[in-house]
Amino acid sequence: MLPKLPREKLLDLYKTMLVMRRFEEALIKLTKSGISVGHFHVYIGQECTGGPALSLLGPHDAVFTTHRNHGHLLARGADPGRLMAEILGKATGYNKGKGGTLHTTVRELGFLTTSGIVGGVIPLATGAAFAAKQRKTDGASMCLFGDGALEEGVFHESLNLAALWSLPVIYLCENNSLGALGQKAGEYSSSTIAARSLLDLATPYGIPAVSVDGTDAGAVHQAVQKALARARKGQSPTFIEAKTFRWPGSRPIWPELLTGETDLKLAWDLKAIPKKYSDWYKKKDGLLRFTRELLKSGRATPEQILEADRAARTQIERAVRFAQESPEPKPEAALEDVFA
Amino acid sequence: MREITYAEAFAEALREILRADKRVCVIGGYFFGLSPRRALISQLRKQFPARFFDPPIAEAGYCGLAVGAAMAGLRPIVDIGTGSFFFQAFPQVLNEAANTYYMTGGQTKVPAVFHMLHGIRGGGAAQHSHSPQAMLWNTPGLEIMLPASPRDVKGLLKTAVLSDNPTVFVDHAKLFEVRGEVPDGDYAIPFGQAEVKRSGKDVTVVATSLMVVRALEAAEELAKKGIEVEVVDPRTLVPLDKKTILASVAKTGRLVVVDECHRSCGVASELVAIVAEEGFDALKAPVKRVTTLDVPVPFSRPMEAYIEPSREKIITAVLEVVK
Repeated sequence: MLPKLPREKLLDLYKTMLVMRRFEEALIKLTKSGISVGHFHVYIGQECTGGPALSLLGPHDAVFTTHRNHGHLLARGADPGRLMAEILGKATGYNKGKGGTLHTTVRELGFLTTSGIVGGVIPLATGAAFAAKQRKTDGASMCLFGDGALEEGVFHESLNLAALWSLPVIYLCENNSLGALGQKAGEYSSSTIAARSLLDLATPYGIPAVSVDGTDAGAVHQAVQKALARARKGQSPTFIEAKTFRWPGSRPIWPELLTGETDLKLAWDLKAIPKKYSDWYKKKDGLLRFTRELLKSGRATPEQILEADRAARTQIERAVRFAQESPEPKPEAALEDVFA
Repeated sequence: MREITYAEAFAEALREILRADKRVCVIGGYFFGLSPRRALISQLRKQFPARFFDPPIAEAGYCGLAVGAAMAGLRPIVDIGTGSFFFQAFPQVLNEAANTYYMTGGQTKVPAVFHMLHGIRGGGAAQHSHSPQAMLWNTPGLEIMLPASPRDVKGLLKTAVLSDNPTVFVDHAKLFEVRGEVPDGDYAIPFGQAEVKRSGKDVTVVATSLMVVRALEAAEELAKKGIEVEVVDPRTLVPLDKKTILASVAKTGRLVVVDECHRSCGVASELVAIVAEEGFDALKAPVKRVTTLDVPVPFSRPMEAYIEPSREKIITAVLEVVK
């Protein structure tokens, strides 16, 4: 379902999600052209989680994300040019080329740091919530991580702390292991956890836990809205599991454009859906689902969809050009920013 | 000037800091462990009940919480207890806090202080006796302070709390009863300023933390034999005041370095390497290191004494370098 928002806001959210998708596709194409950005992770297939979730945050809220951060930053309104520049290690990047894909951070949008260590941000986000409570800012802290982070000890230590001290934090777990085979099949790793339900890992601490379909933007929007209200009013934590299917292109160790560049026409032209990965196009790709919902509800026409997409593509083309034309950092800049 | 104990000076600094700066909160907050001096902290807890937080036994969790809180505007002081426990928090302090300012290209500061009791406390055995300062020094992005006198603990802690960087306060339980002069009122000692704790012309002994006390005791003994030892206390390892150390070695031409880390790749190793690279011409004799031997710390006292750096071992080392 669509988030309960006025048409204009829905279309803004859709445009952001298109930028998120086109950015990752452009990045994969860049790496295929021989540009190396180190090991990287894309957000394709999870837009309906990060898009609505992050659209709800306010100026006093903190956000923490992981190695799979590009989509989150764009959802908060990061400039795709400076983001791409950071991923390419350019001086104009948000982190001046010191972070790269694993650590892209945009402080002015509420991102305090981005950790490439699985589970690394969970205590940090808990701490930002502690600071919000101590400083009485009315802010909340949102912690984004994948299902793998639940295997780390700090997840449990942090939930215990958040529950004991009633901290305004939202643990948003993006479970993108659905349909993944993991390391046994030579693929990128997937959940290795004994619990039958991920919610079972949060409820023993007395933390309200809810599972939503991560490709259902409306469900995510509603769950995060509730969690934020709980954080702001009751100053207490929430655990949300957003279930998303692993995009076929994220199954190999290195991302591949296995489903091609997203063809939005597949949202309405079902006959054009290719046989290979047809399940993805029909059921699992949240972006196509959101597109269909916009059309069905009469909020947008196919022409308007394609127009929005053209705008997103143009924006990304410009971003790629900006990043590629940006200067490399001076080598000796490596010695700066060790201490404040 | 008034004379008080190290523990009193420490507690006094904490009181002044908590009174002056609302951003400061204390997580953990025993500081003096199980020693009788813990009563000083109980008083502070009564005075500032809303500023002390007792976390679960989750070093990574609560150190990480402090790091996140520091990123978001607080200035937490975290008490870890024994330095060995700090290993549990390495992912959050060494891999998050130490890297954050750099990794974000200078966007996010982490003004947190991590306090721990390092070294051989007596009967601590292998899992409660570590001196992690060399490991920490090998992690760029952390400031490291090791006070050894009442005046220094107060002045350095003031600087640590005002610093915008993560600071590790490497403390020693055997310092609590050390007495010394402490100025009245508010003062801070800047980081990166070594202090010549005793002046002498024959040999430089660079010592840190409790070993400063041991070195001063050794110097007292050696003075009776007519050997004048200069004791230099770096006070902070990061930033390090190389100048004062090199100037002292230039004056005496002889060097002994004393530190409680294990020998290999320890603090003493680095200090000796710096002098070898930058002050070699001044040396009249090979340098000596007095450190904990390269074995896990044993429980039983005779074995513990055998491996730890001590006043006697410092005297022996000095006698060898002045030979």
